[in-house]
Amino acid sequence: MLNTISPAAKADPNVALAGEIIGACVHCGICLSHCPTYQVRHDENDSPRGRIFLMKEMYERGGSPDVRTVEHLDRCLTCLACEAICPSGVEYSKLIGHGREHVAAHYRRPPAQAALRRILVTLLSRPRLFRMGLAAGRVGRPFRALLSGPLRAMLDMVPTAPLPAPSPVDRPQIFPAEGGRRMRVALLAGCVQTVLDSAINEATIRLLRRHGVEIVVAAGAGCCGAPAEHMGDSAQALPLVKANIAAWLREADGPDGLDAVVVNASGCGTSVKAYGHALRLDPAWAARAARISAMTVDISELMDRIGLRPPVIRPGLRVAYHAACSMQHGQRITRQPRALLAAAGFTVLDIPDGYMCCGSAGTYNLLQPVIAGELKQRKVAAIRMVGAQVAASGNIGCMTQLADAVGIPFVHTVQLLDWATGGPCPAGLEGCFA
Amino acid sequence: MRMPDPDRGIMARRGELAARLRRIVGAQWVLDDEAERRPYRCDGITAYQATPLLVVLPASTAEIQAVLALCREQGVKVVPRGSGTSLSGGALPLEDGVLLVTSRLCAIVAMDVENRVARVQCGVPNIRISEAARPFGLCYMPDPSSQMISTIGGNVAENSGGVHCLKYGMTSNHVVGLEAVLMSGEVIRLGGAFQGAADGELDLIGLLTGSEGLLAVVTEITVRLVPLPEAARVMSMGFASVEDACRCVGAIIGAGIIPAGLEFMDRKVLNAVASLLREEHDPRTAALLLCELDGTAAEIDALIDRVRGLADQAGAIDIRTSRTEEERERIWRSRKLAFSAIGKMCKDYYCTDGTIPRNRLPDILDRMAELSRTYGLDYANCFHAGDGNLHPIIMYDAARPGDLDKAEAFGADVLRACVDMGGVLSGEHGVGVEKRDLMTHQFAPADLRQQQVLKCAFDPGELLNPGKVFPTPCRCAEFGRMHVRGGEMRFPDIPRF
Repeated sequence: MLNTISPAAKADPNVALAGEIIGACVHCGICLSHCPTYQVRHDENDSPRGRIFLMKEMYERGGSPDVRTVEHLDRCLTCLACEAICPSGVEYSKLIGHGREHVAAHYRRPPAQAALRRILVTLLSRPRLFRMGLAAGRVGRPFRALLSGPLRAMLDMVPTAPLPAPSPVDRPQIFPAEGGRRMRVALLAGCVQTVLDSAINEATIRLLRRHGVEIVVAAGAGCCGAPAEHMGDSAQALPLVKANIAAWLREADGPDGLDAVVVNASGCGTSVKAYGHALRLDPAWAARAARISAMTVDISELMDRIGLRPPVIRPGLRVAYHAACSMQHGQRITRQPRALLAAAGFTVLDIPDGYMCCGSAGTYNLLQPVIAGELKQRKVAAIRMVGAQVAASGNIGCMTQLADAVGIPFVHTVQLLDWATGGPCPAGLEGCFA
Repeated sequence: MRMPDPDRGIMARRGELAARLRRIVGAQWVLDDEAERRPYRCDGITAYQATPLLVVLPASTAEIQAVLALCREQGVKVVPRGSGTSLSGGALPLEDGVLLVTSRLCAIVAMDVENRVARVQCGVPNIRISEAARPFGLCYMPDPSSQMISTIGGNVAENSGGVHCLKYGMTSNHVVGLEAVLMSGEVIRLGGAFQGAADGELDLIGLLTGSEGLLAVVTEITVRLVPLPEAARVMSMGFASVEDACRCVGAIIGAGIIPAGLEFMDRKVLNAVASLLREEHDPRTAALLLCELDGTAAEIDALIDRVRGLADQAGAIDIRTSRTEEERERIWRSRKLAFSAIGKMCKDYYCTDGTIPRNRLPDILDRMAELSRTYGLDYANCFHAGDGNLHPIIMYDAARPGDLDKAEAFGADVLRACVDMGGVLSGEHGVGVEKRDLMTHQFAPADLRQQQVLKCAFDPGELLNPGKVFPTPCRCAEFGRMHVRGGEMRFPDIPRF
């Protein structure tokens, strides 16, 4: 699509890149078919093609973006189903990412909205604060009926069950491989996941050790930066990104080296794989960031590479595999999780309209509760339709969004793989296998 | 492309019109903010753009009735739009017109398996019908390349074709009932909800199908469902020259074989879709024919043998046959995404749509090569060879001054050549604004006049999608034909039948 972004504006390399990406769009409309917000809203402005047009106008006009443009860009889930389906190869993820940075830099949000976004970034990227926030939320939860909008959505998301205690595995340490060591990896322990469901990292570590992998939880690594990045807040995101890169490179360049950085939350994995792009213009960090991105894999990619050991039990359960957007669209990982579950003896069932986002999308369910709620309902109905005994996914965000509504246990893929190859039965599934 | 001058008086009343439309469809479904109107500036063809006066997104036939009645009363023009994938500018907005977007009417009203029909609202994407019919062993056959998103209402408006139309027919062969709203706000119902329902009446369904939104807004469609073929396999046949491929097309059709699809891709298109196809092709391949054969397994095997024989005679250098359904789907998917994939090879492209008698294929391809040299613009070819429906893809750079004009002139020359070779201006994309000014090349004044008389019968105020299809205004008022005005007939005292 032709654009007339001024050469002055294009002096900013991010704007120049945006111009190139917009130029690749031929306005064919195929992306509308896979856009969850378009399926809900049916308005071109809430479709990828419409947002590309809005961003084109935003850059062409310069100055402060108008409130409507910001509203429609905010409504994008960043699920990237559009990028995965686009026949013209439009790199929408980069376009919307830089678009959001542009909004953050040039648009003044109303004070309440701005404060909410700041609080979310702060809370989500710091496990200890997040834990305290959830405790406060549990106190406030009974009063949520009095509220509406994002605050209500936040309280709705607070788990009703008591939180698991902080897991000892998430502290910096080394877990030796069982049997001979065939590989050494760094595990992103993460932030939100460690608080909400510590069993995931525990299962990951057992599974990897059993397969001859030594795991490092590197000192200095923490949140991947995605919550801030989703809001276009690179000032908050980049220090976290750099801290992770530095921590992992210390390991990689140490005496024992590092074969991979392993991520078991696909939302975080998508971010880490994009570190190279995020820091490409920073001469001090570009090469280091690219190196980390290149060695980053999702746990399912790593297990697929290693090969799963024969299962020691045969639970034979029917598993509805929910492909997280960050997994299937962001990282284009579709085959491996299904193949691993099948190799572990599970019957893998695909969920109809599997390309559709569940509405979790990082902080989306908190900032856009109406659309997120509609998408949740649709996803829950689709999962219930397949007649599975358990649902599995590779992303904590989706699990939190859906677990209370699907009517069956919802676990992380690694928990099933760990169970089948000798680990404990995941909580909630004990009765399923006699 | 020259459009009628916008009416400044109407444009000055935007605010007032928006308020009245909001009372019909609800506040959030009228877009009057300029930022939100601009993404609607174009449909599938970006060369033609205009910001609509207002965008309205109704949710029901009743709302569309009220919107049209209001617009007629106020003398406001209306442009209907589905998903905005037209390749002829059929949904190009007017600066003094309301853009009526039908995407919210997206319910599949009924699947009637016993009568083998589906009743659907106009905003349902084409592919959704086949998806809903598949569990019953049925499908909706017309499959334009945009089927993932183009709406069935838009398909009816443009009489869309697609890969499978060679054997199964166009949209017009698959519609048995229509509900449509006239510009007056009245609803008309044609045909019915079973196959054959329209057989006994004047074929107004045929008239509305392909009328490009000039006669009425189609709101609900009853389509014929067809049993899914028991099996289907696609042969991909590579040829070292375009002429050999063309000869093979003629041989297959001449032998009395009706493939389910017979498609042509040249080398450039093949390169563009290589990553989608996930197949290597012989570097000598200058053209690829895709030939789908469907039916029972025995029938398909026999046909494959015959087609292979014909292809060998025509000099095919590489013949493959799909082994799995997944492989077959992948081949068609790459064909259907070919136009968008071309986007990776050039800044901009302009894809046009003419149809010629099949035996003139080599002549028109020669002419295209000649025109490409004249205009200095590259092009690629990907088209429905079986029914002689061409889609030359002309590559240009909109940022280079004069390039768009050259591309348009190139396209127009190709279309004129089609007509001169005994063909027609459009196979399936419609006339819209893109081919509007070429209509006089195909039609004599009397032909065009009679088409305009029909337009006037449906929309005497010329408010529905004006400026499209006809190179001149219809001047309905000058006909002096009998019109109903305010419920009163002219000359009420004259005795009638």
